[in-house]
Amino acid sequence: MTALLDKFRQLADAREALTQLSQDPFRVTIEQILSPTEARVNGRPMILAGTNNYLGLTFDPQCIEAAVQAVQEQGTGTTGSRMANGSFSGHLALEQELAEFFGRRWCDVFSTGYLANLGVIAALTGPGDVILIDADCHASIYDGCRMSGAEVIRFRHNDVADLYKRLRRLGKRCANTLIIVEGLYSMLGDRAALAEIAAAKREYGAYLLVDEAHSLGVLGERGRGLSEEVGVEDSIDFIVGTFSKSLGATGGFCVSDHSEVDLARYVSRPYIFTASPCPSVIASTRVALHKLRTEPALRVRLWNNARRLYDELKGLGFRLGPDPSPIIAARFGQKEETIAFWNELLQRGVYVNMILPPAAPDGGSLLRCSVSAAHTPDQIDTICQAFRSVKAALEV
Amino acid sequence: MTHYETILPQLYEILKPFAQDGQTLSDETELVADLDLDSMKVMEILLEVEERFDISIPLNVIPDVRTIKDFACQIEQLTEQK
Repeated sequence: MTALLDKFRQLADAREALTQLSQDPFRVTIEQILSPTEARVNGRPMILAGTNNYLGLTFDPQCIEAAVQAVQEQGTGTTGSRMANGSFSGHLALEQELAEFFGRRWCDVFSTGYLANLGVIAALTGPGDVILIDADCHASIYDGCRMSGAEVIRFRHNDVADLYKRLRRLGKRCANTLIIVEGLYSMLGDRAALAEIAAAKREYGAYLLVDEAHSLGVLGERGRGLSEEVGVEDSIDFIVGTFSKSLGATGGFCVSDHSEVDLARYVSRPYIFTASPCPSVIASTRVALHKLRTEPALRVRLWNNARRLYDELKGLGFRLGPDPSPIIAARFGQKEETIAFWNELLQRGVYVNMILPPAAPDGGSLLRCSVSAAHTPDQIDTICQAFRSVKAALEV
Repeated sequence: MTHYETILPQLYEILKPFAQDGQTLSDETELVADLDLDSMKVMEILLEVEERFDISIPLNVIPDVRTIKDFACQIEQLTEQK
């Protein structure tokens, strides 16, 4: 018989083993944040190369000004749910602006991107329905699936033949099936095979949800994501996204032409039973969305930086994702090697994300960079030089 | 021979490479406790079983599968639903 807290013993041992090798990588403290790409960590200046701050808008003066004005005029928080306390006009305005941006009729805004996936998936599907998810989908999608009570079936990552096989097995149940994929996958930065997946969806009469969390503002001529880039927006039933990456704030949304998305507010527990987004968050997000729409140069800078870092790291012999993208992840075999490499990068003033098993695909380890439009050419050089120098020092 | 009885030997064949040296598999063998399977190996086995029986195994049923017998029963149910 084990006591309630005994289950934490294994975790405590794992953390102890990790801190023997390194400082606890999951408790890094940013002592001072200086810009979208710079901070002070452990008393030393650090280039931030793992923020997901793709357009670098977190310090944009107009976004900040809008947030400050909203705090002064509307207060620090909403202190409750939109269902109970009512919606602020900013919530509705942002929903309208997002719907218009995506050319859709309906939009729901959620308090975080995580809650958007939970809220949408659990509202759209339930017992008796089927969800077909790409195996590499984000934890928020898995958690939404679990919350829904639907039957959840995985298909091999980006394997369209496997998806077809599973749709065939479902037969008539395809009408009750929601396929879920991501635009850009968060760990390796690879794109969904969306044209083929959309064709499969059409052929079998299923529904398709695309999480554009990492592709909003990054892909597509207007920044609407992979669906736009591939030219299959008409086949996508639901697009989910977040404000916490390209838009530099916190929050999430779902847009669709299905009016049920508007009705989902009445049954979506993650929408109903949480406080609505703060006025300042909504205000900065609206300005950031406007910038995303009107300043395509941000996207050009982002991609220049992304291609450069990808090409450099590939040239150094690192095993990366299949295509350049603002998410550039170097694969490592051994956990210990990854931890040592990460520490050495930190010593050289470069902060990247360390992903250890079981969080990385295929059970491996990753050092994951995310590039920003706000990175200067010198900063990209410094990141490349740090990778080069640590590789030589550790002989990996 | 029942459907269950035709499934069992095929399941043993798939699981045999994961058995410890000298370990004999039976329908009471526990997948995690006795075969020491981690989540990656479980997923690998699921994919092979899905191919062999032309079924999709929902993630929802996995927590209910403790022994080889539980696994065979789930496969039996899923193949009968086809």
